[in-house]
Amino acid sequence: MNYFLQQLINGVTLGAIYGLIAIGYTMVYGIIGMINFAHGDIMMIGAFISLIAFLVIAALGVTSVPLALVLVLVCALFFTSAYGWAVERVAYRRLRGSFKLAPLISAIGMSIVLQNGVQLVQGARVKPLAPVITGGIELSGAESSYPVTLGWLQIVIILLTVALMAGFTWLIQRTSLGRAQRATEQDMGMAMLLGINVDRVISMTFVIGAALAGVAGLMVTLYYGVVDFYIGFNAGMKAFTAAVLGGIGSLPGAMLGGLLIGLIEALWSGYGSIEYKDVAVFAVLILVLMFRPSGLLGKPEVEKV
Amino acid sequence: MAAFKDAILAGLVAALLALPMLGFHLGDSAQGLQLETHLELVPLAAAIVFAGRLALNLAAPWLAKWKDRAPAGKPKLETGVSRRPLYIGIAMAAAALILPLTPWGDRNILDKATLVLIYVMLGWGLNIVVGLAGLLVLGYAAFYAVGAYAFAILSQMGFSFWQCLPISGAVAALFGLLVGFPVLRLRGDYLAIVTLGFGEIIRVILLNWASFTGGPNGISSIPRPSFFGMPMTASSPGHTTFHEFFDIPFSPVQRIVLLYYVILLLALVTNLVSLRIRRLPVGRAWEALREDEIACRSLGINPTSTKLSAFALGTAFAGFAGCFFATRQGFISPESFSFIESAVILAIVVLGGMGSQTGVVLAAILLVGLPEWFRDLAQYRMIAFGGAMVLIMLWRPKGLLAGRTPTIRLNKGDAA
Amino acid sequence: MNAPLLQVENLTMRFGGLIAINDLSLTARQNEITGIIGPNGAGKTTFFNCVTGFYKPTEGRLTLTPPDGGTWPLQAMQGFRIAKKARVARTFQNIRLFPGMTVLENLLVAQHNRLMAASAFSIAGLFGLKSYRKAEAEAVEKSRQWLARIGLEKSADLPAGSLPYGAQRRLEIARAMCTDPVLLCLDEPAAGLNPKESLELNDLLLDIRQTSKIGLLLIEHDMSVVMKISDHVVVLDYGARIAAGTPEQVRHDPNVIRAYLGADEDEPLPAVVAKDLGEQ
Repeated sequence: MNYFLQQLINGVTLGAIYGLIAIGYTMVYGIIGMINFAHGDIMMIGAFISLIAFLVIAALGVTSVPLALVLVLVCALFFTSAYGWAVERVAYRRLRGSFKLAPLISAIGMSIVLQNGVQLVQGARVKPLAPVITGGIELSGAESSYPVTLGWLQIVIILLTVALMAGFTWLIQRTSLGRAQRATEQDMGMAMLLGINVDRVISMTFVIGAALAGVAGLMVTLYYGVVDFYIGFNAGMKAFTAAVLGGIGSLPGAMLGGLLIGLIEALWSGYGSIEYKDVAVFAVLILVLMFRPSGLLGKPEVEKV
Repeated sequence: MAAFKDAILAGLVAALLALPMLGFHLGDSAQGLQLETHLELVPLAAAIVFAGRLALNLAAPWLAKWKDRAPAGKPKLETGVSRRPLYIGIAMAAAALILPLTPWGDRNILDKATLVLIYVMLGWGLNIVVGLAGLLVLGYAAFYAVGAYAFAILSQMGFSFWQCLPISGAVAALFGLLVGFPVLRLRGDYLAIVTLGFGEIIRVILLNWASFTGGPNGISSIPRPSFFGMPMTASSPGHTTFHEFFDIPFSPVQRIVLLYYVILLLALVTNLVSLRIRRLPVGRAWEALREDEIACRSLGINPTSTKLSAFALGTAFAGFAGCFFATRQGFISPESFSFIESAVILAIVVLGGMGSQTGVVLAAILLVGLPEWFRDLAQYRMIAFGGAMVLIMLWRPKGLLAGRTPTIRLNKGDAA
Repeated sequence: MNAPLLQVENLTMRFGGLIAINDLSLTARQNEITGIIGPNGAGKTTFFNCVTGFYKPTEGRLTLTPPDGGTWPLQAMQGFRIAKKARVARTFQNIRLFPGMTVLENLLVAQHNRLMAASAFSIAGLFGLKSYRKAEAEAVEKSRQWLARIGLEKSADLPAGSLPYGAQRRLEIARAMCTDPVLLCLDEPAAGLNPKESLELNDLLLDIRQTSKIGLLLIEHDMSVVMKISDHVVVLDYGARIAAGTPEQVRHDPNVIRAYLGADEDEPLPAVVAKDLGEQ
């Protein structure tokens, strides 16, 4: 039972991270109908930037952990957003009206550029980080067979995710930017006619998605303690699965999907075989698309004849 | 001017992006990570981007003339079945046929040409699925792997290359049917991701089911093909070897030449089948399905079985190619069948121009052949590859040689 | 009276809470042109989509009884099978040709099923067998005849997407006819046509009814088409049938007038409206 509880905690933490990345996928797909293949690599960039920021801040003499965390968070948000903006501007904007496959190929190309670019510039070796936040709350009794710990780091991740989700939902529901975003998502042509600067709205969508992915990258750096240039692909696939599972285009769906995928991965690793945990997630993707393509919270699409 | 301001903006963004990534370097050392600063790279990067962007903006009017003139959405269909693509194709095939006999046909070139031809064949095979039927498949390498492993495993039991060749294709096609059946009714990009997922699943299984597939070490000692039963070795007890039969001195080049001709033959068969099938009802149904699936249903065409047939044929060719790959290398491992392989093959099809046979050849030479020349610059190879994908899509979204030749003409009088 | 071809009984189509078709019953007869008219949003295209298998009806029955015998329960059949086995063909409100393929190829795709049978699923074709070559030649000839009939023989090798609008409409009808249907459903074939083209369309449809002796089901807004050529007209509003009969009967039906105009039944029709509805 304790073992299960621990897997549960791990799963929720993982799920929060996947959920943050999944939001980026689902928003971009919702607004321009494109799978941003490079999104996972944006997360990877966020992870690298976080790592670099930690070292720079430490070198500048900051010793307070909470202060360092806040500064790194700001850096991750800021720089990753810039990367997200740049990728859209360079690789996708021109191809918006064009032939269906072109943006996807461009995205795959961009993903390769980002992965290999980082590898070239930073070296192909895995980069470790000394644990920044350690320790946690013991949830099990002193006599129990298996210790269940809720780490401080896990708490930070979950709370941060909840805060970001709340802020983000407020942004989408309450601000004019959010309204413009929703309008563009539903009918781009009409939004343009009403004077909405669609280019800017789409850019903002990418920027927000990238910002969240940047935070996810920071969390990955802290949680796993290692960063390498390949984590984007793997996490990206799983986050995309989460977005589809929850219902692509639906923001609560992305979070729900993220949570479920995190739980599936943690439980499968804990009780099944660890080598095949990725297979379990991909299998979920395939099953969902086969039997309920609109996902859990999405609306089934009626064919327009 | 606006061009100047735009270039300044680009430079500033470049500086921003370069600051964390180029400005700092995470060096590996004995004590763990060391932070090295190279802040001078930041203004350098900004300057390069600024200059490049300014040049691009200033040259824009001239570049517009070169750009793909047809609006991205409209079909660019050649009227009339002109003979030109056919002549180009025949010329290229003839050149390929005589290559080993020319002074350029040395071991090195033949080796690279063989590699390019594998990708040409894979490109033509995927073209059936993506180009003709319009099914976006991102996990094609999985079926390539299935064919290779099928032969590798059977070869351990004593089967030869020629015996396994049809089996590889059949097994790959079978996998294609199994994978395709549940997912082919999915919409375009979903299909892409699902096939990607299947590709990854197969790769992970190959990597971990060590007892069957050899795990990360793969399978080795895969036999080479023989020439009508004659082994291409220096000597072979109980068999007349190739060089003994023709009474010529043994040379390792002979095997290379044989491999080259085998893949050339396989590729040409793939091409001929594609060309022929376009003019058959099932081929036309594939293209019609790609254009408008709803209209096809209204004409009584079964979309699922039509898509399955394209998928099965495409994956069969991947299987044949995989079998050849195994025999050429002599050993295989899961590394050769990662997602990047699928991406390369897809890039070859899309960059070449969907549906264009010569486009595939051109793209394969560009994307596979040229980088082979720059083997030494291997670390830049992948980034150049990705960059090429983005740039070609921006320049010509429909591919380098896009355009469709009709399969049949009614009024034969007015040829182009 | 001609034998019934398509019997619609208590057809209801619901999308969530929205009732698009409400307990609709009608009969379309063989060798007749049945017009379906009604204000926008009345459910006409939804009705077509139920008949041709793009939507699965929530309730009700759609029974097709072709002249050479047999009964097809369309409400229970899968989309493409309705076209393939029951031989119901259709055209679309927004033309759905294969724009990148030539005019001739569009017509050949329509004959797919016959050609597949003749070529043993294309395998005989792969080896160039005579049975396939003969079948293909026949298919080409049939296409040529249709092209001549709609005046597009010279454009046979042009991409279908490059044809002018009126020609594309005619091509779509010819393509539907190349499937040898027993029921042809046309969804606003006159949309976007000028008066001259509408008259030509009338001639074409009347000719089809005359020579091919099939039943035609026609959705139209253009009264100069539907009132002139229909043998029987059904009027829909809010998914339900509000009138049915000959064009003459329907023209004067107060329910119809009210649905289109919202006028009082006692008021005389304004002259311009009377002209629109085909009154002399």
